[in-house]
Amino acid sequence: MTSLRGHRLQHTGRGIFSTTMECFTSVKRAAFLLTICTILLCVPHGSNGEIQVIPPTEGGSVTILPPVKPEGPQAFPDAEKANLPVFTMDYNRIQIPFEITLWVLLASFAKIGFHVYHKITVWVPESCLLISIGLIVGAIMHSVHEEPPAVISSNVFFLYMLPPIVLDSGYFMPTRPFFENIGTVMWFAVVGTLWNSIGIGMSLYAICQIEAFGVQDINLQENLLFAAIISAVDPVAVLSVFEDVSVNEQLYIVVFGECLFNDAVTVVLYNMFNFVAEMPVVEPVDVFLGVARFCVVGFGGMGFGILFGFVAAFTTRFTGNVREIEPLFIFMYSYLAYLVAELFGISSIMTIVSCALTMKYYVEENVSQRSCTTIRHVIKMLGSISETLIFFFLGVVTITTEHEWNWGYIMFTLLFAFVWRGLGVLVLTQIINPFRTIPFNMKDQFGLGYGGLRGAISFALVFTLPDNIGRKQLFVTATIVIIIFTVFIQGISIRPLIEFINVRRTNRNLDTINVEIHCRLMDHTVAGIEDLCGQWSHYFWKDKFMRFNDKILRKILIRDSRAESSIVALYKKLELQNAMEILDTVSGDISKAPSIMSLHDDKKSPPKPRKRFLQADLKNMHDILSKNMYKIRQQTAVYTRKHALPNETQSKEILIRRHASIRRSLRSSGPSEGMVPKSQKYFSLPPGQNLDSQFPPKRLSHADDEETMSEMAYPSSRSRFAKPGRSSSRAMMPLRRLDTLTEVPTVAVVDEISRLGGRRGDGASRPNSSSSDSRVPLPRPRLHFQSSADAGNGPSDNVRNGSRDAEEEEEQEPSSSPPPAAWSPESMDPANNSGVGNPLLTRPVWPKWNPKKP
Amino acid sequence: MGASQCSQTHPQKYKQYEDFADRTGFSLEQINNLHKRFRQLSDNTETISRENLENIPALANNPLRKQIIGAFFDKRNQHEEEVGSIQEIGFQQFLMVMSHFRPPGLKMTEEEKEAMRKEKLRFLFNMHDTDNDGTITVDEYRKVVEELMSNNDIGQEAAKAIADAAMLEVASINMPHMGPDDFYEGITFEHFEQILKGLEMESRMNVRFLDVDTSTMRCGKGK
Repeated sequence: MTSLRGHRLQHTGRGIFSTTMECFTSVKRAAFLLTICTILLCVPHGSNGEIQVIPPTEGGSVTILPPVKPEGPQAFPDAEKANLPVFTMDYNRIQIPFEITLWVLLASFAKIGFHVYHKITVWVPESCLLISIGLIVGAIMHSVHEEPPAVISSNVFFLYMLPPIVLDSGYFMPTRPFFENIGTVMWFAVVGTLWNSIGIGMSLYAICQIEAFGVQDINLQENLLFAAIISAVDPVAVLSVFEDVSVNEQLYIVVFGECLFNDAVTVVLYNMFNFVAEMPVVEPVDVFLGVARFCVVGFGGMGFGILFGFVAAFTTRFTGNVREIEPLFIFMYSYLAYLVAELFGISSIMTIVSCALTMKYYVEENVSQRSCTTIRHVIKMLGSISETLIFFFLGVVTITTEHEWNWGYIMFTLLFAFVWRGLGVLVLTQIINPFRTIPFNMKDQFGLGYGGLRGAISFALVFTLPDNIGRKQLFVTATIVIIIFTVFIQGISIRPLIEFINVRRTNRNLDTINVEIHCRLMDHTVAGIEDLCGQWSHYFWKDKFMRFNDKILRKILIRDSRAESSIVALYKKLELQNAMEILDTVSGDISKAPSIMSLHDDKKSPPKPRKRFLQADLKNMHDILSKNMYKIRQQTAVYTRKHALPNETQSKEILIRRHASIRRSLRSSGPSEGMVPKSQKYFSLPPGQNLDSQFPPKRLSHADDEETMSEMAYPSSRSRFAKPGRSSSRAMMPLRRLDTLTEVPTVAVVDEISRLGGRRGDGASRPNSSSSDSRVPLPRPRLHFQSSADAGNGPSDNVRNGSRDAEEEEEQEPSSSPPPAAWSPESMDPANNSGVGNPLLTRPVWPKWNPKKP
Repeated sequence: MGASQCSQTHPQKYKQYEDFADRTGFSLEQINNLHKRFRQLSDNTETISRENLENIPALANNPLRKQIIGAFFDKRNQHEEEVGSIQEIGFQQFLMVMSHFRPPGLKMTEEEKEAMRKEKLRFLFNMHDTDNDGTITVDEYRKVVEELMSNNDIGQEAAKAIADAAMLEVASINMPHMGPDDFYEGITFEHFEQILKGLEMESRMNVRFLDVDTSTMRCGKGK
């Protein structure tokens, strides 16, 4: 459907300006433009200046102009001479970028389409769908007798389409599991690919000797070249299946790493065999030279990549004042690394991957949160566009090219690809297993073998084969067959199969502090035990590297060189998450505009309905977040006070200060320690029984007090609050959860735990609506609900029962402003007190104040 | 190689090794390797004392040094239902502690895996629970976290906060229906199991004990 749209557009365009352009050339150009499209997309990726020189694509029927700005001054005089046209069109000028855009849009629409029907993508991999769409478009083109567009040239592919794909997988490689399994990954990637290429190549060569098939003219070199091409596995589809069923980490990372590095190996082999295929005679010396070259190319690439990675990390150290261009550095450096590697003829894939791996860790700490998001999104976007286009194009080409169909050769290719892959996995696992701490069992091996889908890279490689290879047509056909076979049959069947044989699984989303702490604990323990045994293993090396990293690398590469433990990082992350959740819910309740496209917009949406929040400083997200966390903190502190320490402003101040000190000691190396009064140690956590026994009675009595009072204060409002209670409790839910994380170090711990336990469980586990119902029968919780409804519901009930609320707010505001003044300076500036955060902050105060009102 | 050598020269020792192998699940080569290391650490005496272990230079930077060394002298890690600590350990005890770190085998049944997992968990739990009372109190937990993070100077306050947060997490996971006045005393072993339920202990907490003779590759550790 979308494809039709594209065509229609083209037709209308042609119709209007009524040139003599033939249908043929139009589509041909469209295809050309596809090429340029990729170039365009890569522009942010490459360096600005040089990219203007676009490599000459073959064909040359269209003068390819880079999409430069129109030269206004020149166009005007011409136009003026001939009676100033009212309406002009210059399709030729915009044709190239225009048609490219259409192609990309078409592919993107297809992607949207797949995800509309969610069930489809669960069972059918996306690549299948893309190829199918491509096939449909191809069929349409074929029916109007189009020629196959010659889109992907070797240069375009290697310089513009491949880097985004590789950068994508390199950047998102899970680092820890990768380094834990690096040996196996490399083993499968390098030796496995060699095994496959040589095995398939040799067997195909043997097949070629059979006269019946009529392919005796394919020599050994060409067979090897072809085999190298089709031994590049591309298990994107498999990986997403693995992720969904959360297959065990070891298997996942080996498949992931294998696909990444075997691309590198394949490209090296491809170039080598390409060279060899043109040589008339191959001497034994050449074999050794080939091996030597293989090593140079591989290790050279790695070295370059690491070098560029460090330079990139070092650069981002100084980008603090130019946040806007931060992401650019990442793309520039990776692309530069890629180009330099191409320049020296070393493995550019290896380079860009190791560059991404090296810099990721440091860069992400240096750049701002927003830049980090940008980087990730852009990398993902570029990668997926590149891949989408290749798959899409594969579909088109399948229909539109002339195929050379040779049953024997193609069927045997399929068979050998399958057999050698299976054999390779079996044999290589047997060899590597004794060296692995956790050996692969048969099920893992099945997953590994069956996950060997062929994909975009194979197709692009075979399509860009030089024309002097006699049987190029046959190779293209065979590769397309093998890709379609593996992607469709294996890709669709792997999910049921993996689920059926029940491969060992890992629970991958364990984001609790306890788990993080214990992971670290185990790492250190194991490293210690290894030291005790006097054995070197990867924990030993990891330990050594981490120490080196903390002592030297971080100091050089990271602006704020304080080493950050993963536990602290997680702790921060969870806190952030909670703060965001609260913001999301609150803003959703207020503005009814819960679209959470970007963090930034999300932050901005709350102020719109209420003017007062504009006073708050919205400059950067970090500030906002920390402030919001602050409000929450204060709010919970007020809660705490209400329940645990009634009528003691002093203790409140101490609590607030304590929060501040924690916050700052988390952020920077806490100079605040001195400011915190000694007595806060006392308040910090009362694990002992004495404190425990001391607080509850007070709390109880006070709570009862307050309940009766507030009941008097709002005889009628209770019922009114009960209805909005649902929304308010939703807003409140995350608050509870945050409590578990942030409120701890205060006096409230005992209190909190009991509250958590008694009323709430953990906030996440309860459904939203239940909170109000469940608590009604209990006497005390009612108060609780009351106050929290006030807390969460501020703005929304402000809308609902406006007048009454406004009154109260007026009363409340003057009364609540004194406390901030009395608090420590870092608590909050009073301006923020009246913002949207207001419900979080001040509302809990006013049950306190209201009782005194009547 | 090592084992066969042993069987020829020291038949008695060989028999003892087999005995150890039965108890700990190590192979004879591994035991032989570990014994070499043991002799190295103990200055060729029969027992190891705390000082011996504390003098290992490679261990000096480990933030959990105290806990790790302590684990070796903890009777609870000897599979013998006893509590308390030992002053000096012999080779058998040494092996016993080490056996907690065996990787899972290919042919293990589910029950065996579960038992192994429990054993490893118990070891970790014992590292926390310094006073042998069967629960990890907040203080104990905090201490471990503080030590874990002593390498990076984020300050004790943060460590405390994190430990407390973690503790609360445990409480909220395990005791969702606690009364308002209840006080969560500490993590019991059951709760400990609960919070680490999803974690793949057996694939993380293991050391690959070498089968081959390491005497040729001196690691420069020990003395």
